[in-house]
Amino acid sequence: MRRVEVRVEGVVQGVGFRPFVYGLATGLGLAGVVGNDADGVFAEVEGPRGLVAEFLAALRRDAPPLARIERVRVVEGEPRGDRGFAIVRSDGSGARRALVSPDTATCGDCLRELADPGNRRFGYAFINCTNCGPRFTIVRGVPYDRALTTMAGFAMCEACASEYHDPADRRFHAQPTCCPDCGPRPRLASGRGEDLPGDPIAGCAALLMDGRVVAVKGLGGYHLAVLASDETAAADLRRRKHREDKPFAVMVAGLDQARSLCEVGDLAATLLTGAGRPIVLLPRAGDGPVAAPVAPGNRHLGLMLPYTPLHHLLLAATGAPIVLTSGNVSDEPIAYEDADAFARLAGIADAFLTHDRPIHIRTDDSVVRPFGGGGSVLRRSRGHVPAPVTLAWAVPRPVLACGAELKNTFCLAKDTRAFVSHHIGDLENYETLRSFTHGIEHFSRLFGIVPEVVAHDLHPEYLSTKHAVELDGVDLVGVQHHHAHIASCLADNGEPGPVIGVAFDGLGYGTDGTIWGGEFLLAGLASFERAGHLVPVPMPGGTAAIRQPWRMAAAYLDAAYDGRPPEGLDVARRNEERWKDVLSLARGGVGSPLTSSAGRLFDAVSALIGPRDTITYEGQAAIELEQRADPAERGAYAASVTAGGIRGADLVRAAADDLLAGVAPEVIAARFHNGVAAVIVRRCAELRDACGLSTAALSGGVFQNLLLLGRTVDGLRTAGFRVLTHRRVPPNDGGISLGQAVVAGARDVTSRRPSRATRRAT
Amino acid sequence: LAHGAGGRATRTLVEAVFLEAFRNPMLEPLGDGAVAGELAFTTDCYVVTPLFFPGGDIGDLAVNGTVNDLAMCGARPAYLSAGFILEEGFPIDDLRRIVASMAAAARAAGVAVVTGDTKVVQKGKADGCYVTTAGVGTVDPELRLGASAARPGDAVLVSGPIGDHGVTVLLARGGFDIEADLTSDTAPLHGLTARLLDTCPGRVRCLRDATRGGVATVLNEIAEASEVAVVIDEDAVPVRPAVRGTCELLGIDPLYSACEGRMVAVVDRDAADAALAALRSHPLGTGSTVIGRVADDPPGLVLLRTSFGGTRIVDVLVGDPLPRIC
Ligand SMILES: [Fe+3]
Ligand SMILES: [Mg+2]
Ligand SMILES: [Zn+2]
Ligand SMILES: [Zn+2]
Repeated sequence: MRRVEVRVEGVVQGVGFRPFVYGLATGLGLAGVVGNDADGVFAEVEGPRGLVAEFLAALRRDAPPLARIERVRVVEGEPRGDRGFAIVRSDGSGARRALVSPDTATCGDCLRELADPGNRRFGYAFINCTNCGPRFTIVRGVPYDRALTTMAGFAMCEACASEYHDPADRRFHAQPTCCPDCGPRPRLASGRGEDLPGDPIAGCAALLMDGRVVAVKGLGGYHLAVLASDETAAADLRRRKHREDKPFAVMVAGLDQARSLCEVGDLAATLLTGAGRPIVLLPRAGDGPVAAPVAPGNRHLGLMLPYTPLHHLLLAATGAPIVLTSGNVSDEPIAYEDADAFARLAGIADAFLTHDRPIHIRTDDSVVRPFGGGGSVLRRSRGHVPAPVTLAWAVPRPVLACGAELKNTFCLAKDTRAFVSHHIGDLENYETLRSFTHGIEHFSRLFGIVPEVVAHDLHPEYLSTKHAVELDGVDLVGVQHHHAHIASCLADNGEPGPVIGVAFDGLGYGTDGTIWGGEFLLAGLASFERAGHLVPVPMPGGTAAIRQPWRMAAAYLDAAYDGRPPEGLDVARRNEERWKDVLSLARGGVGSPLTSSAGRLFDAVSALIGPRDTITYEGQAAIELEQRADPAERGAYAASVTAGGIRGADLVRAAADDLLAGVAPEVIAARFHNGVAAVIVRRCAELRDACGLSTAALSGGVFQNLLLLGRTVDGLRTAGFRVLTHRRVPPNDGGISLGQAVVAGARDVTSRRPSRATRRAT
Repeated sequence: LAHGAGGRATRTLVEAVFLEAFRNPMLEPLGDGAVAGELAFTTDCYVVTPLFFPGGDIGDLAVNGTVNDLAMCGARPAYLSAGFILEEGFPIDDLRRIVASMAAAARAAGVAVVTGDTKVVQKGKADGCYVTTAGVGTVDPELRLGASAARPGDAVLVSGPIGDHGVTVLLARGGFDIEADLTSDTAPLHGLTARLLDTCPGRVRCLRDATRGGVATVLNEIAEASEVAVVIDEDAVPVRPAVRGTCELLGIDPLYSACEGRMVAVVDRDAADAALAALRSHPLGTGSTVIGRVADDPPGLVLLRTSFGGTRIVDVLVGDPLPRIC
């Protein structure tokens, strides 16, 4: 006989782990108990040696689909002659380390019940089980128990309660278990909030088919929906939201419908059908029913599959793809509280499809693009958060990393777990800043992490920096923006460095007080050295030059032609009114900070070949340049590497010369991309010769550009490099917080390493 | 250098060095001037490049600035002192011009320059000409004006289009030929403040001239000192088209651009209409408007309601503005 105490850590609560253990143990005829506590799942198991061994083997091997086991600890005990096996009550005491699962798309079993007229949950918009349903967005605290979720207000009916308490049932201890008799209900309301009669979902579908805009309450917030094929409705929605060009996402019923709109390869299909159900950006194909205003001038379309039963029912009722875009005005954060949504979306939505299960925390949809063998994550949020990134090295003391300013995420790290938050957004917006501060408190409670070290960007005006420096009783660590990008890539790959880091992005505050953004760093986790960058150029009018890429074209042309840009360029003609003034600004230096930003170089070329002069969303000019490039073109512009850095102006000059010579914009765009990739490879090779490092890490928002990323990775591999790219967190500023956290952790180790004497003394 | 830009860096410097050393109850509020009984007293140093700019020069700036600091205490300015630090070789004609415009400004403001001092330093040890003025005036001792007096519900007014001085000087400094119809708004405001205080006795909470750091910085000081929120309306903030255009060109937010003849007034909500009418009836306040209100939440922050109905944080700048967008 053998008795063991087993402790399982990881995502093991709310995923059917205890019934799994119960089933496993009773199936093997073992005695003992299983339960949840603040650390995860514990079990005591007793029986014949061989069967206990089989139990331990099966524990990992056959774990439920949503479980993510991080660690299993087994302690041998004295057999006590126990009989029977029982599930014991949750225990709310002790440190809080059990992990809350991300929200998960409706599972196959639930979908079958949803469609089965004989099932008591037939057509019920809130069906879920231990294997699927809302989690992160409804959790108020830990341990994960119904009382600490937004389902607390729904008392289970007898039928639900018996499923909930039956260890053999799929809904055993599934906290959001409910049914039409006892659970949340959908409601269709007019734009003024009055109830509309009839079946809410059928009614909503009818309104959509009638060309109306409907606000639909989802998992992490409200979406705005129109029929994707409806030109007028989509244009209405754009106007009412004050969203000029940024593409809308489209929800399709399934892969077949997806294929009618886009090229869906195997990888894309895997991403689309994954439990996280992100928005997947895919090349358009055919002439599926998508109206022009859905994604104007864009060769890609963001598709997602239904991830709640309500979405499944709605898509079945419309029978056609629908636009589902964030429920907000312009740059505001997405509305998620009912009263607020009704107030804020009143002028936009003609009706509301809502329900009475509160959303505890605002969570946007995640966004990915297929790349290589996986996905390039552009936004890591719903369906992925709050699963931690496991670090290859523990941080010595708990860390809060405050992230960047735009696309903000924060990160709380303790031991080997880094909890990167959901997408927070642009902190300059007050609502967003509030979700930043509240989010930090929520995560801190949820995961029992009280930060002792706080990492922040060096930019003094970032509101995240200001938040950090106002905290009391913590050690502050300032982390340079591009070092954080590279460290984020290292952490994403579980590598310590040092590497040759290529951080290409819009801009970040440099250690010299100037604005960086086209950087080569020799970087480890604790420190870095700037080992190359683009030659700085003025940004005429600072922020205005970001909003108006044509100004960067002017500045770059001025640099490329030594103050005598050629006549006859369309970009100068289009912006005739201000062209001279802007050149004058650039030359005079007033209001024109210098930057080595790679993003601004892409902006310049995009504006040069036109016609993108003013952007209405971040990165628009560069995105359009990428889409424009002819992937078959292999020519590349050359950039010289001087003592002052890499001359991006050479690339601009080559592009302008080609343009004046009548070369097609598609070819110019491609040659520019190829030229940037080539000069990255060249500089990396020079650095390898000088320092011996042969691993390159690519990060920064510019590497969301998959044409550039692909060409650069290929070039580096051909040159014999090992190449690290992002896998789980975005290369853009959404990944900054993870990088800050690991840098702070590494510095904490370095600065606090005790001397031999003190170590012996403790 | 960022320590002079008027934002948080300046405040940190002032608090760390001067307040620490000089600490006393009159200095503590860090207002524009000090009030002792019926006497108001203030001093200011003037450093501006270029010394001459459209609409004014360092001379009238030095008079009006100090007059305005007294006016913001609710005082009637009476006497000024003037100190000059001159770089060796500074053209005497330029000095004459500066002094003449000081005299004209003093006359226009009804104050007398009654004492002064001049020092000449070696070439390279100063940049042309610096001017320091101090001023005394008389004040009603019952007045309780101050940045900490704002209360939720109060109305927030500005006395006219903002940002003129800041962009005018910046453009004049650049040495580039950008054409814009811009002049500094430098003017003495004590007549305007007197009319406001006479019209709404006991209902004016706070007066501030929006100099360095602009209206945004002044509002932040009020929000912080009063522990209130200040919520302003983007569409209600008056900005002259030429200023808006130049700000757009330079990438500057007019809210942070300095004024030398505009003030922010916080008044009791019930007195808002009367205050507005009083200000508009004065030649220097014809463009007055209500730009927002004081709220209780979130304390210490200034929020801007944008044209689209969004809410942007108008923060104090730590130093020189640098883009934050990645
Ligand atoms: Fe960045
Ligand atoms: Mg002053
Ligand atoms: Zn299920
Ligand atoms: Zn039920």
